[in-house]
Amino acid sequence: MLEIKNLQVKLEDEDKQILKGVDLTIGAGEVHAIMGPNGSGKSTLSYVLSGKDGYEVTGGTATLDGEDLLDMDPEERAALGLFLAFQYPVEIPGVGNMTFLRTAVNAQRKARGEEEISAAEFLKVIREKAKTLKIDAEMLKRPVNVGFSGGEKKRNEILQMAMLEPKMCILDETDSGLDVDAMKLVSDGVNALRSEGRSFLVITHYQRLLDHIKPDVVHIMANGRIIKTGGPDLALEVEQNGYADLLEEHA
Amino acid sequence: MGAPAEKQTATEARIAALDLPKGADWATGLRKDALARLTTMGLPARRDEYWKYTRPDTLTQSDPVPATAFITDETPVFDAIERVKIVFRDGVFDANASDDLTLAGVTLERLSDVTQTDIHWAKDLYGSLESQGQTPVERPLAALNTAFANDGIVIRVTGKASQAVNLIYHHESETSDAILHHVVKVEEGAELTLLENGPAAARFNKVLEVDIADKASFHHVRTQGRDHDRRAATHIFARLGTESTFKSFTMTANGVMTRNECVIELTGDNAFAHVAGAALGDGDFHHDDTVFITHDAVNCESRQVFKKVLRNGATGVFQGKILVKDGAQKTDGYQISQSLLLDDDSQFLAKPELEIYADDVACSHGSTSGAIDEDALFYLRSRGVPEGPATDLLTLSFLAEAVDEIDDPVLAAEIGARLESWLERRRS
Ligand SMILES: Nc1ncnc2c1ncn2[C@@H]1O[C@H](COP(=O)(O)OP(=O)(O)O)[C@@H](O)[C@H]1O
Ligand SMILES: [Mg+2]
Repeated sequence: MLEIKNLQVKLEDEDKQILKGVDLTIGAGEVHAIMGPNGSGKSTLSYVLSGKDGYEVTGGTATLDGEDLLDMDPEERAALGLFLAFQYPVEIPGVGNMTFLRTAVNAQRKARGEEEISAAEFLKVIREKAKTLKIDAEMLKRPVNVGFSGGEKKRNEILQMAMLEPKMCILDETDSGLDVDAMKLVSDGVNALRSEGRSFLVITHYQRLLDHIKPDVVHIMANGRIIKTGGPDLALEVEQNGYADLLEEHA
Repeated sequence: MGAPAEKQTATEARIAALDLPKGADWATGLRKDALARLTTMGLPARRDEYWKYTRPDTLTQSDPVPATAFITDETPVFDAIERVKIVFRDGVFDANASDDLTLAGVTLERLSDVTQTDIHWAKDLYGSLESQGQTPVERPLAALNTAFANDGIVIRVTGKASQAVNLIYHHESETSDAILHHVVKVEEGAELTLLENGPAAARFNKVLEVDIADKASFHHVRTQGRDHDRRAATHIFARLGTESTFKSFTMTANGVMTRNECVIELTGDNAFAHVAGAALGDGDFHHDDTVFITHDAVNCESRQVFKKVLRNGATGVFQGKILVKDGAQKTDGYQISQSLLLDDDSQFLAKPELEIYADDVACSHGSTSGAIDEDALFYLRSRGVPEGPATDLLTLSFLAEAVDEIDDPVLAAEIGARLESWLERRRS
């Protein structure tokens, strides 16, 4: 599914190397987690994969189902099935949440040569999915993320993911700022989407999200590299001992 | 005291090219008064403070700069709305193209007929709001209009109009120089929606005087036509009585020169005046919104919401003033002017002003100029919306606060669709 080889990334405007050779392969249907201290490059990895400006790839490759991601516009990557749940979802005043989502769904369909979803069908589907995430009609009408609480923003990200049905989902600290109930809602939302053809890359600081979304593989990222890869136990180990030992081991 | 010599010369040259229309004594008297106002003030010149950001020369010179008409097979903007159509071709009323001038609760007359009539209510209104609107700031082009306009529509509203009145302006001749003056009197408790669309002429000087009595309401929506080369100087003068409503929205797409002035006097308590505009400019585009709102009564609300989208070197201007007179307590005044600059070549010049002589008021104003929000753009693209449509969506959302000022949802949707298709055309 997703194959990243020796990915090296620097800031466009600054001589600062952020990713220093990342290797990561995620097979279809797998859930991988990336943990690591602040500033290690986790968000950068997610941005570079989804095509945000401001970064320069200085080496390596990233492909989704064999297609070169790094050459594509963000919208092309999305149409191919890549989705990023943002660590900091963006507020867009003046654009209704519902309009935004229908525009996105139809844009992706169009890019894939599929027919647009009818307004009625869209309404039916979104109402259903919003309900399971406890997103009310009022929130759907409001401008995208404007005036949403931290938890509402994250739930809204998961709603978008559910509507767009991507095959490769990257979740960047979706658990941050969530209380226990919201965490449960979000995890249930994610778990409901798990399927053979869909893979996940879950970026998190904390083990607790991984109690809900059980990963197949856990990676530890530090200073722009993946320094250790293991099973679910690795997350527990980090939770108990912190990153210090691992970092030292790797230094 | 008069205008400086060079202004006088320029003004005389302009006047020499025009004839005072013939009419009943009262009309001739009012026209001569206006002419006297004009010669005392002189036409605007480049150094005038009020014309700091907009060059008046092409609006004041004797002959208009020729402008080709823009031909499109698009459905005209208000076609889906139930309305009485009143058509002007290069500034002249076209009876054949117009509907019958009949509408329940409304009298509609042609200005050139009215001014031939010896006794007519319009004698108390024609030029009167314009004349009052000359202080504290001079508006010579409006005085010129009152003096020389021979055509226009005179409307008296006595009930709730069942349909809108739509003034449709066609521009055909490359050298047309249209002067139109409309007068609207909305009687106590009455209601009217006035629509205007079309470019009118190569050069267009228009005055709209609206007198809104107690508890009456007046809604106004206009689009200024897509002719790129046309030039326009328009004035709205409105006087509001107690508990009355005035709402005006203008959409401007294209136009090498537009100056829209709006002068509003809130004279009765609890009145409510909103003016808004959405302007879209690409390239050789200059658009100036100049607004002056005077609060002279208690507990009135005024709102100015002006948004401009500028690209390829287009220029936007906003001069907006709220004057709160002594005793106009509980005034609620709001003013926002914003531009979205789609490139580095475009510019927005804003002069927001507050002048307050009452102590218990809430007034605010803000002016910003900015580019498309890159984070929002990336967010939309990451969800699969391509760059072009994503930019349009953000542009429309920028304009939304102005469009939202249109109360009628059908009219608002119509305007929204026009804005969207203008943006779409720029992409193809
Ligand atoms: N656009 C940017 N401008 C400046 N520094 C950046 C930018 N993006 C990332 N960085 C820097 O790159 C490093 C990695 O950041 P980030 O990817 O956000 O880490 P993480 O998500 O693991 O906390 C940090 O030192 C951060 O300050
Ligand atoms: Mg991060």
